[in-house]
This record gives sequence, C-alpha cells and structure tokens, in this order.
Amino acid sequence: MVKAKHDGAVLEKSQTGIKGLDEITKGGLPKGRPTLICGSAGCGKTLFAMEFLMRGAMNYGEPGVFMTFEETPDDLAKNFISLGFDLHGMISRGLIATDHVYLERSEVEETGEYDLEGLFIRLGSAIDSIKAKRVVLDTIEALFSGLSNAAIIRAELRRLFHWLKDRGVTAIVTGESGDKLLTRYGLEEYVADCVIFLDFRIEEQISTRRLRIVKYRGSSHGADEYPFLIDESGLSILPITSLGLDYPVSLERVSTGIPKLDAMLDGKGFYRGSTILVSGTAGNGKTSMSATFADAACRRGERCLYFAFEESPSQIIRNMESIGLDLSRWVKKGLLKFHSARPSLYGLEMHLVTFHKVIDVFGPQVFVVDPISNLSVAGKISEVKSILTRLIDHLKMKKITTFLTELTHFGGSLEHTSEEISSLIDTWLLLRDIELNGERNRGLYILKSRGMAHSNQIQEFLLTNQGIGLIDIYTGSGEVLTGSARVAQEAKEKASELAARHEVEHRLRAQERKRKAVEEKIAALRAEFDAESEELHLIAEEEQKRQAALAEDRLKMAHLRKGKPSAPRTKHLKKKRERRIR
Amino acid sequence: MKMKKGETSAEEFEKAAARRDRTRYVFRLYVTGMTPKSTRTIANVRKLCEKHLEGCYELDVIDIYQQPKLAKGEQIIATPTLIKKLPLPLRKLIGDMSDTERFLVGIDLKPKNS
Repeated sequence: MVKAKHDGAVLEKSQTGIKGLDEITKGGLPKGRPTLICGSAGCGKTLFAMEFLMRGAMNYGEPGVFMTFEETPDDLAKNFISLGFDLHGMISRGLIATDHVYLERSEVEETGEYDLEGLFIRLGSAIDSIKAKRVVLDTIEALFSGLSNAAIIRAELRRLFHWLKDRGVTAIVTGESGDKLLTRYGLEEYVADCVIFLDFRIEEQISTRRLRIVKYRGSSHGADEYPFLIDESGLSILPITSLGLDYPVSLERVSTGIPKLDAMLDGKGFYRGSTILVSGTAGNGKTSMSATFADAACRRGERCLYFAFEESPSQIIRNMESIGLDLSRWVKKGLLKFHSARPSLYGLEMHLVTFHKVIDVFGPQVFVVDPISNLSVAGKISEVKSILTRLIDHLKMKKITTFLTELTHFGGSLEHTSEEISSLIDTWLLLRDIELNGERNRGLYILKSRGMAHSNQIQEFLLTNQGIGLIDIYTGSGEVLTGSARVAQEAKEKASELAARHEVEHRLRAQERKRKAVEEKIAALRAEFDAESEELHLIAEEEQKRQAALAEDRLKMAHLRKGKPSAPRTKHLKKKRERRIR
Repeated sequence: MKMKKGETSAEEFEKAAARRDRTRYVFRLYVTGMTPKSTRTIANVRKLCEKHLEGCYELDVIDIYQQPKLAKGEQIIATPTLIKKLPLPLRKLIGDMSDTERFLVGIDLKPKNS
C-alpha cells in the first residue's frame, strides 16, 4: 500500500475489500484514522461499514467492533445475513464484537455536567476483547438526538476521534447528510482525514447509487462520482476512469458463425477481443446474427454471456430454433449464459455495474448485448456513450469479443444514432432493408472493419431453417435487385444465356457438316481423277502393246519381203506416242 | 440526619413524601474513577437522598473503569449516570446532580413542569 518509495512517511492504508473501492482510494482507507461515510437515508452507509468490517475480519485478519446507535443487534444480524455474512458466527469466533448503544431522550434526565466516558469505556472494552483493528460507529449522530447538551457532545466527539487515533484503529463513522453541511451535525469538522459521500439519486424514476471521495488527506484519489451496486454479495464500485487505451490486442480471428460473412471479412472473421456492432431496423435479423455468433462461440468451446434487453432467454431459445440453432444445449452445458433485464429496470450505471459483475463472475470470451440502443431508455445518449466506452474498455482489457446490436429507426439515417459510438466500434455491420417491387428484403454490408481487408459488397441476408445465408445480390445492368426480383432476373439471364449457347452450338454443327461435305467432294473428285488416270494408263499400255505388235508385224513383213526396216523412223514414232500419253 | 420540613414546601411533595415511607428506593451510580466530577456527584447524590429519602434508599456506587462490562449491560453512555432501579419505572439520570429540581423530577419525586 505504500506507494511512493522516496517518501517514508506515506500514509498507510487499510484495504476495505470492497470491490473497486481500493482502486479508487489507491489502497483503502487511511489506516489508524477515522473515515466519515455520509449520505442520505438508505444510501448504503451501514452496508458499507458492515462490509468494511466483515472483509477486514475475514480477508485481512483485522477483527472489528460494530457499535450501533440505531439498530438492535438482531436487526444488525439480519442485515449482515443479507450480505451473506454470519454475524453470530463471527462473534462467536471472536472476529467481530457488537455493541448496541441505546439512547432515548425521554428516558434520560440531565441533571448537570457530564461526559461520554461511558461510551469510551464500552468501546475500549469491546476493542480489547477481540483485539480489534477496525471500528464502526453507526451512526454517532444519534447522540445529538439522544442528549440535549450539544456543547458537551461536540467536545466529547472531538475527544473521541483523538482517542480513536491514539488507539490506532481504522474507524468508519457514518452520518446522515445535511442541508448545507455534509452531515446534519457537521461531523466532517471532526473527521478530517477521509470523507466519502454516498448518493442515492432518482432521475426519471430510475435510481442510481453513486460514491464520491470528498476528501482524502495525504493521498491522491479518484475524484469522480462512481456508481455502485448493492446486491447479495455486498457493494461493487466501478473504478471506471482508471481504464486507458493501453489494452493488449490479439491477432487471433474468430468466426462469425456465417461462412459467407467470414469470407467477406478477409476469409477469417472478427478479431478476438474486437468490438462488433450490428445496426439495423426492426426485424432485420440482429438477434439472429447475435445468436449465430453466440452459437459459433459455444461450438468452439468458449463461454458466452448474452445480455438480452428485449426478450426473455426462453423466448430467444425458442425463436432461434426456427433458424436451426439449438441454444438450449449450450445453456445446459454452462457455456452460454443469458441475462435478461428490462433496460428501464435501473439506471445506466447500474447496468454497467451489473455488466461488470456478471462478466467477472462468469468469465466469458464472448459477450453479446442485444440491443444496446435500448439503454437509451435509461439515460441520455451522451451517458449511454460514456457507459459504453467504459464497458468496451473493460471488455478489451479482458480480451472479450463484444457483439453489440443496435436498433435504428425507420426513416432516420441509419448511421445517425450510431455516430455517437461508432468510434468505439472495430467492425460495424449494417443490416438494411431493400424495398423493391413490393418486397422488403434484407441486405447486409460491412460499413467498416478495422485492420482487415473486407468486402465492400452488399449481400442479401436470408433467414432459413438452416441458419443465416448470405447471397450475392444482383447488381448487373446497373440496378440492384433482391428477393424474387433477383431470382426472376437471374432466371431471365440464365434463359438468354442458354439460348445464346444453343445458337453457337447450332452454328458450329452446321459448319462441321459443311466441312464434311467439302471433304467428301474432294474425295470424290480425287477418285474420279484416279479412275481417269488409271484408264489412261491402261490405254497407254494397250497402245504400247499394239505398237510393239505392229513393229513386230512390220519386222515380220520385212522379213517376209526380205528387206531391212529403217531404224530411225521407228524411233521417231515411238517418241511421239509417249508425248501424247503424257 | 433529620429532615427539615420547612425547606420543601409543595403540597404534592408532602404526598409523595408520605408514599415514600412505604417505598424502597434502589439507586446505582456509575462513575468513572475518582475524578473531581465523580466525587462531586457522589456527594450530591448522597446529600439529596439523605434529604428526601432518608432511611429508605440504597445506593451502589460503581466505577466502570473497574467493571467495563457493566457499562454495556446498563447502557451507560454518559457519566456519571444514576439509575433508579426501584421503584419502577426505571429511570436514568446523567450529570453531576447539581440541578436538584431535575434530580427530583428524574426520580419521580416531582412531576414534570411543576
């Protein structure tokens, strides 16, 4: 708890164990000094004090004394049980001592000068009995209503706080808030070390509890108003402003649950730990997308927390069965947890505290809020933005992939409300209506997706009993067509395409036929030519034979005439004949 | 000590004094050590009791430094505290009993606002 090393006299602190408070106070309440907790009736002062004492006794080995001026020990024990603490058990183990100081003005007659030594003795005796390190006085202001001499009380209170410091106990003193002063009787005058103010505000019928550290002498502290929650496990305070932009990032990718959408996002889906927003008008399938994403996470064996602001868990499960998602099995396996609440149930900050709490308890890898726009019922847009900033920062720190949906209004610009939070979003998907030819169809496109290549196409978004389908929409011939118009156009195109193909085929066949005919013709001519050549050849042979026979005849005749044939004449004739044949 | 009748004049006080003869008063005085305030208070109580309740009262003086547990049981906050145990109803008086009028009212010897 000692923060600065160079300073030896740094204030020692006593951890409260109250969720978030030790972060705001940077270590707890000032050790060995009194702290004033003030606030109006019902703001949680007593619970704060009680938890301080109980956590001290159980977690930090510091027994405590609870001195109550208002409630009886029985009521006190009941209050402790409401926080899950067994007061009687703690008393019997010597960790807690209680003392009920009962003071009723009508039963007491003041007959002169007195002091409050009796109170000191009781407190001292209780502290000694269990070696207490912590003390709660709830609320010491009762002295003012029980006794009439305010001058004595004031003097004695001053002495009491000195005495508490001397005893070295870390004390909490509670006080009702007053009109002008922090407390009705100006207790802050005596307790100068640390003052914490609890506030319980109701705005538009929605109440929010807030905590503020008014002063903390000798220590830096968060100065804002921090929302806090009281539930069965005590107080939870949100150290909201302690978050910065230095969260770790992941390169891992997670599937969207829709293969085609994964493909649009660089083929791999979202980055783990990124923030995804789906915007769309009513009935566009935002819940279906959320459920599909949740289903995909559970399939990977991850834990998914689903905050539903519009529907009950059983209604979501039933409805998602119609698109083929069986979410109930994940609920049974403990991978999926629904948390349904009406946004108007409590204030924005309460929602934030609830988010934090449930996230811390469940430890999800995937977190879905459906839809965030409903939160604006519980507060102004600027407040919603601040809440979401804190939530998203927290989730990013924890590397939880966040899937938010947002309902945009008909008629208005789709991006309008989202402008407020768009800077927080890593991947922003838009579901929009495409109204054409008397039909309303859904289109999906990626408005932005940080750190990845992504498709710029509008896809037609279909809800089928097999889940979500994305189809390339028809964008040919300069117009965008969806639904049955797209189907019709596609059919038309298919038909004309078919016709064109047939035409080509037909012409090809004709050409082929022609080629065959030509070839046949060539073959026939060649055959004719061959036949002619053959015939000529035969004729030539015949002629040769005839000439030979003639020459022989002539020789025979000459022989018969006993004369010699003239050789050159024969030769000349022969040549002439050969020329003719060729 | 003898009672001096001339000092108390009220009619109703006479009646109360008559009743007192049959009634027994039991007082406990809680003080914190032998401080001047404590001794002054003890003296004041003794004096008043002798004067108004002679012979029919019992007074225990308890130092709660010695017995701090008793302080819790008796709901002692301010000191000194005088508790009238009997006769019922139980009454608590705080202070050094220097205000005689309030003392008498406190132990029901005198009605309020008289």
